[in-house]
Amino acid sequence: MDSTTIIIGLASVLAAAAPVIFAVMGETLSERAGVINLSMNGTILLSAMGGFAISVRTESLLLGFLTGMLIGAVVALIVAFSSITLKQSQVAVGFVLALVCRDLAYFLGNPFMGLAGPRLPAWSIAGLSEIPVIGTLFFKHDLMTYLSFIVIFLSWLWIFRTRPGLMLQGIGERPAAAFVRGANVNLMRYVYTVLGGAIIGLAGPAYSLSVKAGWKGTISGLDGIGWIALAITIFGGWNPLRAAFGAYLFALLQWLGLVLQPSLPSIPSQVLQVAPFPLMILTLLLVNIGDAEWVERTLAALPEPTRRFFARAFRALRVSPPAALGVPFERD
Amino acid sequence: MRTIVKKNSRWVMIGFQIAALVLALLFTTLILVAAGAPPLEAYKNIITGSFGSFKKFSDVLVSWIPLLLVSAGLLVTFATGLWNIGVEGQITLGAIATTWALRELQDTSLPPALIILLAIVAGMAGGAFWALLAGALKTFGGVNEIFGGLGLNFVATALTIYLIFGPWKRPGVASMSGTVPFDETLHLSLFPGLRLSPWALVIAIIAIVIVYFLLQGTYFGLRLKAVGKNFRAAYRLGIPTWQHMLLSFAICGALAGVAGAVQVTAVYYRLIPSISSGYGYLGLMVAMLVNYQAIWAAPVALFFAALNIGSIQLPIVLKLDSSLSGVLQGMLVLFVLIMEGVRQRISRRS
Amino acid sequence: MNVELRGIHKYFGNTHANSDITLTIPAGTIQGILGENGAGKSTLMKILSGFIHADEGEIVLDDKPVLIQSPAHAIQWGVGMLHQDPLDFPPMRVIDNLLIGRAGGLFPNQAAVAREFKLLAEQFGFSIDPESYVDSLTVGERQQLEIIRLLWLGARVLILDEPTTGISAGQKEKLFATLRILAEQGKTIIFVSHKLEDVEVLCHRVAVLRQGSLVGEAKKPFDTKKLVEMMFGKEISLGARQVVEQHGCVLALNDISIEDVRLKIRNVTLEVNGGEVIGLAGMEGSGQGAFLRACAGMVHPVGGNVKVRGRDLTGKSYHVYKRNGVEFLPAARLEEGLIPGLSLTEHYVLAEKSKGLFINREYGIRQAQERIASFNIKGTPVHTVESLSGGNQQRALLSLLRDPLSLILIEHPTRGLDIESVIYIWGKLKERCRKNTAIIFMSSDLEEILQYSDRVLVFFSGKVSQPLDASTISVEQLGQLIGGKGWAS
Repeated sequence: MDSTTIIIGLASVLAAAAPVIFAVMGETLSERAGVINLSMNGTILLSAMGGFAISVRTESLLLGFLTGMLIGAVVALIVAFSSITLKQSQVAVGFVLALVCRDLAYFLGNPFMGLAGPRLPAWSIAGLSEIPVIGTLFFKHDLMTYLSFIVIFLSWLWIFRTRPGLMLQGIGERPAAAFVRGANVNLMRYVYTVLGGAIIGLAGPAYSLSVKAGWKGTISGLDGIGWIALAITIFGGWNPLRAAFGAYLFALLQWLGLVLQPSLPSIPSQVLQVAPFPLMILTLLLVNIGDAEWVERTLAALPEPTRRFFARAFRALRVSPPAALGVPFERD
Repeated sequence: MRTIVKKNSRWVMIGFQIAALVLALLFTTLILVAAGAPPLEAYKNIITGSFGSFKKFSDVLVSWIPLLLVSAGLLVTFATGLWNIGVEGQITLGAIATTWALRELQDTSLPPALIILLAIVAGMAGGAFWALLAGALKTFGGVNEIFGGLGLNFVATALTIYLIFGPWKRPGVASMSGTVPFDETLHLSLFPGLRLSPWALVIAIIAIVIVYFLLQGTYFGLRLKAVGKNFRAAYRLGIPTWQHMLLSFAICGALAGVAGAVQVTAVYYRLIPSISSGYGYLGLMVAMLVNYQAIWAAPVALFFAALNIGSIQLPIVLKLDSSLSGVLQGMLVLFVLIMEGVRQRISRRS
Repeated sequence: MNVELRGIHKYFGNTHANSDITLTIPAGTIQGILGENGAGKSTLMKILSGFIHADEGEIVLDDKPVLIQSPAHAIQWGVGMLHQDPLDFPPMRVIDNLLIGRAGGLFPNQAAVAREFKLLAEQFGFSIDPESYVDSLTVGERQQLEIIRLLWLGARVLILDEPTTGISAGQKEKLFATLRILAEQGKTIIFVSHKLEDVEVLCHRVAVLRQGSLVGEAKKPFDTKKLVEMMFGKEISLGARQVVEQHGCVLALNDISIEDVRLKIRNVTLEVNGGEVIGLAGMEGSGQGAFLRACAGMVHPVGGNVKVRGRDLTGKSYHVYKRNGVEFLPAARLEEGLIPGLSLTEHYVLAEKSKGLFINREYGIRQAQERIASFNIKGTPVHTVESLSGGNQQRALLSLLRDPLSLILIEHPTRGLDIESVIYIWGKLKERCRKNTAIIFMSSDLEEILQYSDRVLVFFSGKVSQPLDASTISVEQLGQLIGGKGWAS
């Protein structure tokens, strides 16, 4: 394989990852505020179908994307309402919505199966796309892929560099302290969950109107993306940059799976698809592993240099979930 | 600070649940209208598709069996306060273990009945093992069983595909249609002319009965409930909480494993990629809908199975996708959750 | 800023937490607020800082009556509160903690804020790196950060709630120096504490709350005796003491040290006899809780050993202690003691050893009826525990104790109960003593401590007094020890 093919392949990785990027960024925002939106898998399927259906009917790509965002926002609103106002379990509601939205997508999408729809055209950025290597990698994509780059940057910027973003971190970490500093915790949770949902809702049409245009029902290969995005969000440690890295890593593994298929015929690409999940479990293990009593005891028994190595390794790999994730907020 | 959930009188609670049912039906009807389909026709088709003939009803029972097994198992984990989302993977591992056992034993001189029995036991062990993995991740690693289970579900699927395309592939070209089908002697016998296996039916009914008595009438069941309702107080009262949690996982995994074993020995006769067929997630919904009370698990599971089978003919007759059943099932659970939240909010205000 | 509280009343259900509190604090004063647990100090401060609203009365700041809606609103009025556990964001940096909540543009100017912070910090001799993470700071440093933040936001009234718990002596000196400077600048400092020495050294005046009312005020120089008298009352009339014969050593603590989140208990040696009652006195959070749990195996001492009836159980789990006849009754009845959702019968079934596989319901109900009658619980066997009143929940907890036991450890046996329940419950406990069971309990109620204990240990900031004879010690002596005075070292 020559270098041009590799570069084109890598560029396709960046494009293919765009839907997952949207999903992961949206979920990161939502979870930063303290609300888990477990409905992702369903939302993405429903917004993919809805976006495709509307853009076929109206022949407008814009309306298709907006529909996707609307669907994502509405589903997220249901999650937010059920958990914040009705104080039911986020897990229960999110999980049921994941299944329901998926079935809704298949049911309502039936008449649209296999139809040809508008497809987002490629849009090379004049001038920049001529640069060797970088040009092909970053500037010969379609609008959604560019948008995915921007969303990563904006998410990171918002959370870590703006004043309201700091408050967002605060709300997730210690709602009581945020409340004392004037935050309307529950309102903010609503806002970020719905906003996050809208961004998740972009993932669906990014797929059905761009990456793999069309709606093919159960064969669309989109089922499962939401769970994978959830795993990547956790692996990403609620940090947009690290989460984006996870998403690109996943897309890269997918691509490698396809590329290496001829040389490894017995192992289908689906096996590589599983990679985010052991990574997610590993990340979750590392969250608490330093604290577990048996770990402390084992570490204490190790010789000093080894112990220090492990202690430092744990601290470097550790991520800390927003402490108030999933916990309802009551004013004192 | 735990908020104590107030309970209203029996009739009020039932009233809210009926409201949920009505809302779910309304929503589903709206969806049908939006899809341009005649709602009454659709419902009629679902009913005739599931209860229209004896054969169709027996198909409903075929679908009921794994769902009942899984729901029974989940009642145990829910009693212990656990969200065993990993049950889907536990079914798969049960199926894998059963397939492995059948493959190992099929050429020996053991009587087929014994082989099948051993294979089902292997299925139990496989499911229990996978469940204990999620339990160990929680106990020793602090990994929430929701994410641990989710991750293990996908690993289980990958494992299945690896086996089907790798060590256990069909001679010639490996295909998504699964492993080599097992010889007829290793099939669980069926009622003549039907797809229903009496053995599987008996196993499922025994399972739910056992679970019912386990949770209702045994010390162990009461201890599980104590752990589920208040972990710290249960510990203080002297209950070995972590052991009970792990046992709970194992029991649910074992029952899920039996469901997987039934899928292999009585339905598909081989290992296929999606052997768990979504029964795990469906079972979670059944358990949520019956509010974790064993007595209602069988009828509700039957209702869900009927919806599934009944919707199969929708694509043929009305050109509708069969996932309508999933819509109704899911909206039922969603509205039950929402109505419960509304009820609690109203009773908190008063 | 002048602060006036006029006729503040606050009710929590039937409890009159604050009763007609009227207090004037001129600008530039360091005002101490003294009172035992439950006196109403924290309620009053929550009202002043905007966490809760008073039912009656008003707050007047600089001769203007104000309505403080929320803590964020309070700081706008210039009232800032430093909580015992500062409400900051541990996983974030100091500079982030400062920025959160401060109005401003979209992109905060971190460099400018860091500079302002450093300037303010230098004024008081604090040295905190703005880039460091808050969870790497000591408690004292976190306090310093919060003080600077409140001042930076324009606080002219600073309320400090038990600030000297868990900080070093050096940090305390710095804190006091800071507070004096602030007072000189005309700020009003409200210093809530139970530590008599700190209050006497630092404050210009003191107000004492007891049982929801303001019972007295004092100015510097302070008379410790008078302060103690105001806090705890002059004398307590006790009923006849029940003396029970004591046999055999049930619990032997040998030189144990316990480390809790904010304090360390060092080198305690104690022997407790069967039939004896040991009362643990002291303000909440002085170490009694950790001590009780260490005797139960729920917390493991970092030094020394624990022997129950001669057996060394150091480091073993609570279940092992339970098997050796030790039981622990928590104060949080529904969070740690009982299981909401289960009935009384089910609790009794769980507490007993299981006989066979299936629960014998009739036996269970009979047993429940016996216990209910025996402990006079107003409830039926099928009642769920959360539907019982507090007093009945406590009786239920007691009724779950197995018989016989070597040692019963109780957190707050009669908190929130009426006098009838108190007498009844202690009647039951003394019955146990007659069966050679030892009891160790903690309580904020001095009357309870003096009436029912044989010996008393006082806790102050992790320090544990020598066992005192309950029949000879006076309220005043106890009060002084609880307030931190009269300790040997």
